[in-house]
Amino acid sequence: MQLNRDDLKRAYRTMMTIRAFEERVEKEFADGTIPGFAHVYLGQEASGTGICFDLTDEDQIGSTHRGHGHCIAKGCEVEGMFLEIMGKQGGICGGKGGSMHIADMDKGMLGANAIVGGSPPIAVGAALTQKLRRTGRVAVAFSGDGASNQGTTLEAMNMAVVLQVPMIFVFENNGYGEFTSAEYSVGAPSLTDRAAAFGMPAQSVDGGDFFAVQAAMREALEHARAGKGPYALETHCARFLGHFVGDPQKYRGPDELAAARANDPILRFRSKVADAALLETAELDEIDAEVRARIDAAAAAAREAPLPALATLEADVYVKY
Amino acid sequence: MAVISYRKAINQALEQEMARDESVILMGIDVGGGTGGSGDVGSVGGVMGVTKGLYPKFGPDRVIDTPISESAIIGAAAGAAVTGMRPVAELMFVDFIGVCLDQIYNQAAKFRYMFGGKARTPLVIRTMGGAGMRAGAQHSQNLHPILTMIPGLKVVMPSNPYDAKGLLIKAIRDDDPVVFLESKALYDMKGEVPEEAYEIPFGEANILRDGRDATIVAFGAMVPRAMQAADRLAKDGVKVTVLDPRTTSPLDEEAILDSLDETGRLIVVDESPPRCSLAADVAALAVSQAFDALKAPVGMVTCPHTPVPFAPNLEDAYIPSVERIVEAVKNTL
Ligand SMILES: Cc1ncc(C[n+]2csc(CCOP(=O)(O)OP(=O)(O)O)c2C)c(N)n1
Ligand SMILES: [Mg+2]
Repeated sequence: MQLNRDDLKRAYRTMMTIRAFEERVEKEFADGTIPGFAHVYLGQEASGTGICFDLTDEDQIGSTHRGHGHCIAKGCEVEGMFLEIMGKQGGICGGKGGSMHIADMDKGMLGANAIVGGSPPIAVGAALTQKLRRTGRVAVAFSGDGASNQGTTLEAMNMAVVLQVPMIFVFENNGYGEFTSAEYSVGAPSLTDRAAAFGMPAQSVDGGDFFAVQAAMREALEHARAGKGPYALETHCARFLGHFVGDPQKYRGPDELAAARANDPILRFRSKVADAALLETAELDEIDAEVRARIDAAAAAAREAPLPALATLEADVYVKY
Repeated sequence: MAVISYRKAINQALEQEMARDESVILMGIDVGGGTGGSGDVGSVGGVMGVTKGLYPKFGPDRVIDTPISESAIIGAAAGAAVTGMRPVAELMFVDFIGVCLDQIYNQAAKFRYMFGGKARTPLVIRTMGGAGMRAGAQHSQNLHPILTMIPGLKVVMPSNPYDAKGLLIKAIRDDDPVVFLESKALYDMKGEVPEEAYEIPFGEANILRDGRDATIVAFGAMVPRAMQAADRLAKDGVKVTVLDPRTTSPLDEEAILDSLDETGRLIVVDESPPRCSLAADVAALAVSQAFDALKAPVGMVTCPHTPVPFAPNLEDAYIPSVERIVEAVKNTL
């Protein structure tokens, strides 16, 4: 299906928001305003954006420790995200979660997850709800190449097939789990071969190309919404930075690092729409400026915001106790 | 004597034991680091740099980078242990026992008993715990109470560099499965550590300070805090004993009871939610074995019954503070 101008602008705005957000996270982290550690999504913007593009707030996603991009693509507000990442009052989770635990149930965002392989079983359950309630909606589990080797992920894949739930397993293969390469850690010939062996259709796409990801996701969505069970997508992505902000990355050679940067999903999107005369460069630049201004304001406000009230420490352990 | 960090002390213990005994192997996520990459393989040495330098020295057969598959990591280490190796498996954060607990408590810990004494499982699980790094609810727990209650496991909580080295060497040479719970708050702590290898026996408490007014029992990262509290109390003329059990299983009950005989007052500092904690465990020991010696209710300084919060002010309030320890001691006087 052809995307219209508004669609294209929406896609670009999402990707740019992720880019600007993560660049700001990198900077704030260096400034010491972000406690703990931060895993950024730089280089992978087209993947999360393409996957979430045709999802509604009623479709649900489970994310990973590298979840900021997924949150933004699923509609979480960057203002609340900055507050959360800085551990401030008014954060999306009241400052109690932090970077690795951003969640927004109203947006169908079931949580970033600091346990590798934590999300796939949860997404099976969300898909079960969708199936039993006959909503016609789906659940998506994002996992990395590293998480593809976790027992929980493999169990979830089998169970999703057995229960025939409307679910999409998205494997964002950025070549590394922490400092270990996927080529070493994934024993199967490929992630799609492995998914297919579980009994679900699987496709591998260029995760740096928004259009390829979005088109593949539409096929996956059609399949899942038609009641045909789960589907798997592998998006091949570039990880611009290290595992976390500040990782010196001695385990990656200089050529590889340069190649990762050369495959910039935002630049590729820009040249594609410009070459096809779908959007003017000026329009794209306008979005850039708009997005950067919003990110600047959100980050600045979060820096100034107060810490959560101490009384919240013991709140919300239970609904009622 | 050389002054080295807690991190380096652990590294030295691993290096010396690997050099001494070929059956000692390391396995875990990025214990070498960089396997399959285009740069320097083995350049990482663990997320905290604890195993740095071991891959270049001992190679990929003995410093094994694994996939992110904790059940298989721990289970394979248990299997290698029961068949003759002495694996030191790294569970990067103790929080991750959630995805491998079966292999720890139903498998490794039970082999010997279930098999009528026929199995020997010299497995060490090196892991790290504790709050204070702003790492959030799934990377900041201690979980030693869960591990301590498992029969067949030994559980070690080193509180300083000297103990870290001696206890790890003991753990590697021990024929039973041992969880070696490092404190991430202590990796940069410096202390005197002998260059040569030495063992510290399990189940032998360390009395860091002797005082007759009260006994503070503290575990892991809470030991330095208890010492700070003792300093403050000394300024007010209150003299306390600070006792570090060093291992939670076995627990040196005798040392605790002996000290209680002298002081009659007990304060337990445990970085853990209160229910079923070591604080509750040691308090129960005192009440059931030394009721007559007690001059005051046992003080329990623990975390609240909550997950670990992310926001810095909340996390600081979560961890037992020096102030709270001082106050708890004063409450018993
Ligand atoms: C159960 C568990 N094991 C290990 C870790 C430590 N860890 C955090 S992220 C990560 C790598 C994940 O790699 P991948 O799934 O490829 O995601 P990426 O970081 O590349 O996005 C590891 C090992 C963890 N958080 N949880
Ligand atoms: Mg990866």
